[in-house]
Amino acid sequence: MNSILGLFNYWIVIFLMMTGFYVVIAQGNLVKKLVGLGLFQASVFLLYISMGKVEGGHAPIIDAFNRVYSNPLPHVLILTAIVVGVATLAVGLALIVRIQDAYGSVEEDDIQAHDNEADSD
Amino acid sequence: MTAIAAIRQRDLFAVVMLFGIYSLLTAGLFMNLDAVDVAFTEAAVGAGTTTVLMLSTLRLTGRYQRRSSHSPLLPLLVVTVTGAALVYGTLDAPLLGDPGAPAHQHVAPRYIESGLKEVGTPNLVTAVLASYRGYDTLGETLVIFTAGLAVLLLLGVTPCVSQRPQAEPLDDQAVLKLVVKVLIPLVLLYGLYVQFHGDYGAGGGFQAGVIFATGFVLYGLVFGDGNVQRVLPPHGLRRLAACGVLLYGGVGLVSLFRGGAFLDYDQLATDPIAGQHLGIFLVELGVGLNVFAVVMLIFFAFSSRRGEP
Amino acid sequence: MNAPGPLAVLVVIMPLLAAPLCVLIGRIAVARWLALLVGWASAAMALTLLAVVEANGPLSYALGDWAPPWGIEYRLDRLGSYVLLIVTLITALVFSFAPRSVDREIPEGRQIPFYSALLLAAAGLNGIVVTGDAFNLFVFLEISSLASYALISQGYDRRALYASFRYLMMGTIGATFILIGIGFLYMMTGTLNMQDLAQRLPAVFDTRTVRAGFAFLTVGIGLKLAIFPLHLWLPNAYAFAPAVVSALLAATSTKVAVYVMLRFTYDVFGQEFAFVRMPLGSILMLLGAVGIVSASLVAVFQDNVKRMLAYSSVAQLGYMALAMGLANRTGVTAALLHLFNHALMKGALFLALGALSYRVGTLRIGSLAGLGRRMPWSSAALVIGGLSLVGVPPTAGFISKWYLILGALESGWWPLALLILAGSLLALVYVWRLVEAAYFARPLPGPTEVSEAPLTLLLPVWALVLANLYFGLNTSLTVGIAQRAAAQLTGAGP
Repeated sequence: MNSILGLFNYWIVIFLMMTGFYVVIAQGNLVKKLVGLGLFQASVFLLYISMGKVEGGHAPIIDAFNRVYSNPLPHVLILTAIVVGVATLAVGLALIVRIQDAYGSVEEDDIQAHDNEADSD
Repeated sequence: MTAIAAIRQRDLFAVVMLFGIYSLLTAGLFMNLDAVDVAFTEAAVGAGTTTVLMLSTLRLTGRYQRRSSHSPLLPLLVVTVTGAALVYGTLDAPLLGDPGAPAHQHVAPRYIESGLKEVGTPNLVTAVLASYRGYDTLGETLVIFTAGLAVLLLLGVTPCVSQRPQAEPLDDQAVLKLVVKVLIPLVLLYGLYVQFHGDYGAGGGFQAGVIFATGFVLYGLVFGDGNVQRVLPPHGLRRLAACGVLLYGGVGLVSLFRGGAFLDYDQLATDPIAGQHLGIFLVELGVGLNVFAVVMLIFFAFSSRRGEP
Repeated sequence: MNAPGPLAVLVVIMPLLAAPLCVLIGRIAVARWLALLVGWASAAMALTLLAVVEANGPLSYALGDWAPPWGIEYRLDRLGSYVLLIVTLITALVFSFAPRSVDREIPEGRQIPFYSALLLAAAGLNGIVVTGDAFNLFVFLEISSLASYALISQGYDRRALYASFRYLMMGTIGATFILIGIGFLYMMTGTLNMQDLAQRLPAVFDTRTVRAGFAFLTVGIGLKLAIFPLHLWLPNAYAFAPAVVSALLAATSTKVAVYVMLRFTYDVFGQEFAFVRMPLGSILMLLGAVGIVSASLVAVFQDNVKRMLAYSSVAQLGYMALAMGLANRTGVTAALLHLFNHALMKGALFLALGALSYRVGTLRIGSLAGLGRRMPWSSAALVIGGLSLVGVPPTAGFISKWYLILGALESGWWPLALLILAGSLLALVYVWRLVEAAYFARPLPGPTEVSEAPLTLLLPVWALVLANLYFGLNTSLTVGIAQRAAAQLTGAGP
């Protein structure tokens, strides 16, 4: 029973992760795909941070009370990963803006139809 | 649950807003899990910067999404398999909060026990980020720089001519202007505080850069980009971003030429702790400058597209 | 200063910092020369490093002077320095080719960021190869990927934009999978250092967490590697990117992904876990085999020459996957040889196409008509590169195919040997289409003022073409290095 409680947190995170992943692969709108990607990544970050939690721990900033601290390493990794995620998102959005200019649409179906047309001539 | 709402919505404006709320909630959870620095960043980036960028994109691409014609079965299958693999993976994972988990046993204790002694910053996240794993952070700075370049390559920044009619988009909002005028110095001041206080509390160059940029973006939204660009011309921002990265890398090279390892801050002063302090100060400054400049550039790039059809 | 250590860092840092320097100085001429200089300096350093590693064994460098596993370690062994040399050499050649070609394809206002992004893409790849830290690998992977997305999007056709977006989505999913995998491993071992992981993993091999971590890492790397059926992003990305970018990515980026796959399967997890406890071997062989046949078939029917070569790349990656899946020393040797040789041939081919398109523009099969006579050097380069792709002796391609067949026979998979031959026949078909168009088809009516490409473009192309021939005739160097690296990976001593 205890183990189910202890892992339950991970499972919620996994559920969120898969929601995002589903949006990425199932949705046709490019903006929504990026939102899905963001959800997916944010949930992976949660997974990492959960990993760093220590029962009864405190934020890893040393103070006078010499307490139990949570593990700082996952925090550092995720700080980096968040930045990488935003950077990717910004590039993705810039691409969407250009795609809108070039194709007049941000729906996958439209774009692929245009591309197939271009391929066949 | 916000996540679910976000995928059901076809009004993309609402999707983006819900995504922002989701980020904010995530930040709350990070806080709960003792990750204050991460929570801070997620709030500033996920809920702030990302939302602004997504909204700028929506302005250009239209608000509503079409119903997809594809069958959802294959994606559903892929997702289920992936999810199952993940759950399978957690079955043998250490429980949440278990202090005996291997993740807390091997490498991490040294950071917690000797971080203060070896690096001299009470905020251990800063110690690991800027010193123990400082090279990752250099990489991270370059990721931001790359993103700036990419946006520049894709959108370009056309300098905003200030006599354009929409340069003052909110002429009639006197109260708003007043509030913003009061708010901006505070935001900038807070940015500075976050920049230089990262050793002791949550914060550091990255968060500070974002906050600082937010101040200017806010000003730009209310008073028009032209005014901001007079102070911060895009070509100057490009150079500033480059300077930030070079400052970080330069610190590394100096320590290398002083006979130490790359990014070995001990070499920067006679006393290792003083060297660490100086090193961390400089690299955080580099990160801050770079992030600030890149966020501004990206913002200009998106907003300069608004006027065009 | 002990000489070799800092070199391992400089080989990454130089291009990494040259990128912002280009932007800071803001002059196209400077950016051009800086890229060229840095490219060749990196290659020279990589050569030195290879010599050092061959003589003294693996090289380790603690960044920030924090001993691993607390700090980040740079680590070069035979495998790493071999791949590093390939990547830096090709990069240097591509940078030499770049100035004329970029002038033609990229508007002046964007050239500086373009060079800067080229440098970052190359630096990221070097960083992946040199690092001994799993998370650092992720960071540098993202640097090079982000730079690649930006570079691909600069193609003149609008399809480049969508291709780049697709690559961004799939690449990011791949990177996130890798991140999940690293997370699981960290969860069970408490370390991120690869050597340290290799030591601590066997104790927890029997946990489901490690198995899931392995699966996520493999799928994530597979996406970057464009292994069948995760290759969907590749063809259009290569086909519509600017010439320089296609050459750089085709010759280096997927090769680095192969390296990462080798590193994790053979080194971090170990051969026993990856191939005995987990069914990676049969999966790689199956996907590799399907990839070879299907991608070669698709390539035969392409009209766009660049896309034909892109599909051929998917097929060639199939050969490498197959070779890795064999899990014996000859197989790994073949994978490493093909990694090197394929970098040579695809580098030569894509650069030759770059030279052709410098004069002709769009590259459809039809537009090659008559070029055999008008641009003899570029066309001949295309033909020799193509023969190497097919695996005709005395080209380099023959050597790797030979070892691949040996590896397949060694482990008793003789049907695979037949499959490899069939794949080569298909390659012969599509290469023949190129030859036929260039030499036998009647030239198109219309303006016929097509002359040979300028010398600055031809030199790098022919350097690679001659390398294709040289390493086909003189095999002792490459085969020797590949065999020693393979021996090290398969755990049979130094």
